[in-house]
Amino acid sequence: MSHHIVEVKDLRHVYSDGTEALRGVSFRITHGESVAIIGANGAGKSTLLLHLNGYLATSQGAIRIGDFPLNKATLPEIRRTVGMVFQDPDDQLFMPTVFDDVAFGPLNLGLVGDEVEERVQGALARVGAGHLRDKPPYRLSGGEKKRVAIATVLAMSPDILVMDEPTSGLDPFARRQLMALLRDFHHTRIFTSHDLDMVLELCERTIVLHEGEVRADGPTLEIFRNEALLAACRLEKPFAMQGCPVCGG
Amino acid sequence: MESIAGAVNDFRQLDLLATGNTGMHRLDARAKVLVTLIFILAVVSLGKYELAALFPFFLYPAVIMALGNLPIRHIARKVVVVLPFALMVGLFNPLFDQTVLIRLGPLGISGGWLSCASILVRSALTVGAALILVGITGFPAICQALDQLGMPRIFTVQLLFLYRYLFVLTEVGGRTARARELRAFGNKGLGLRSYGSLLSNLLLRTWLRAERIHLAMLARGFTGEFHPHRITRFGSREFLFLAGWAGVFLLFRLVNVSQLLGAIVTGGIG
Repeated sequence: MSHHIVEVKDLRHVYSDGTEALRGVSFRITHGESVAIIGANGAGKSTLLLHLNGYLATSQGAIRIGDFPLNKATLPEIRRTVGMVFQDPDDQLFMPTVFDDVAFGPLNLGLVGDEVEERVQGALARVGAGHLRDKPPYRLSGGEKKRVAIATVLAMSPDILVMDEPTSGLDPFARRQLMALLRDFHHTRIFTSHDLDMVLELCERTIVLHEGEVRADGPTLEIFRNEALLAACRLEKPFAMQGCPVCGG
Repeated sequence: MESIAGAVNDFRQLDLLATGNTGMHRLDARAKVLVTLIFILAVVSLGKYELAALFPFFLYPAVIMALGNLPIRHIARKVVVVLPFALMVGLFNPLFDQTVLIRLGPLGISGGWLSCASILVRSALTVGAALILVGITGFPAICQALDQLGMPRIFTVQLLFLYRYLFVLTEVGGRTARARELRAFGNKGLGLRSYGSLLSNLLLRTWLRAERIHLAMLARGFTGEFHPHRITRFGSREFLFLAGWAGVFLLFRLVNVSQLLGAIVTGGIG
């Protein structure tokens, strides 16, 4: 199943104002892996994600998604393969109803009638949002919006799920719900997040970006134990690995 | 800035009305677009003093709103918003055109007043018809219909984006206005001076947001085409709808039905 592989080789990106956002990033993510990309603000996480479905063109370096190198000709196929969930669900939900929004992708894939209906139902059921289908997206709560945004991507049956800050802005309960949902997916998953406790629970592998470079890439637990590395990259241990603030234990 | 937020909500409600499932909603969008066009043409092409001949045309919005289950108050409220602009157009007619055309006892009504009133009624009718079209069809389906009727794709997609951008603009505008108001302490704040930077800021922010939305659309396979989820075809129902209303509008246009009715009631004919 080589089509679930993400390979990034010596990726560089310079914005038009001269900012060097990525300076030679390389990694390879294989089928079914759940990987976190963490780093301080401005480390290059979002720029990296925007490359993964070809929204930003590489200044230098190459990206391979599955069997295809990412280029203009393969872009439509790659956009179907890589499902991207943005940080702000309001950017992702733009149609008048939840149904229309989830159907947007399948309709663009050329599906019609019952097939679309099935895809939409399936995706909404998967995220536990079947009852929201006729609601307008702007009437949903933050947690509901996030789940619907995920459904819009799932409806396209992507092989790889890329999520930017999946838990940001959610209340503790909605965050738990979302994490349980994400744990059940068997896609190749790539998350960026500042929620390191979520990373600890959901991702077996972590890539640390710092100033546009990969500073570390390895098992999550190992990386979170390396205090010197975390401090150098303006990060800190997840709360679950810190001592209790009350009893000090 | 309640008014901005209210305006967005109104638009959204119109969008939502289009998700209804009445017979009117199920008709092929092309038939509805064509009927609306013929309606507007018929209304606009009447002579400027023919006020009475306009009234029978209210039959169309009334029937469609009833069949399409559209809330009259909602549509009426929106039409009222446009009327002041129409009034501006006809404002000076009574001053320039003082020939008395109608005498009601001692009261003479000049051509200027008639044409001014006719402008108002016409705008109410045409704007109402356009709003009703959106309410029973939905904007994406209207654009699709225009596309099928031969409008170049680049225009229809442009129209669609414009419509979506309206929501983005008003949303961001509402938020910006609230932030300004909260720090203006009930005064005018820095007055006009602050509006320059506020507007440029608004443009840049909506631009960025529109770009992110476009990105989300691209990520879901958008290739420049909108697909309505209701697939319809131009069948006999559509043909009847189109021919029926076209016939009615032609009748209203050629025969002054109001006058005819009046003549029948007062025994003028016979």
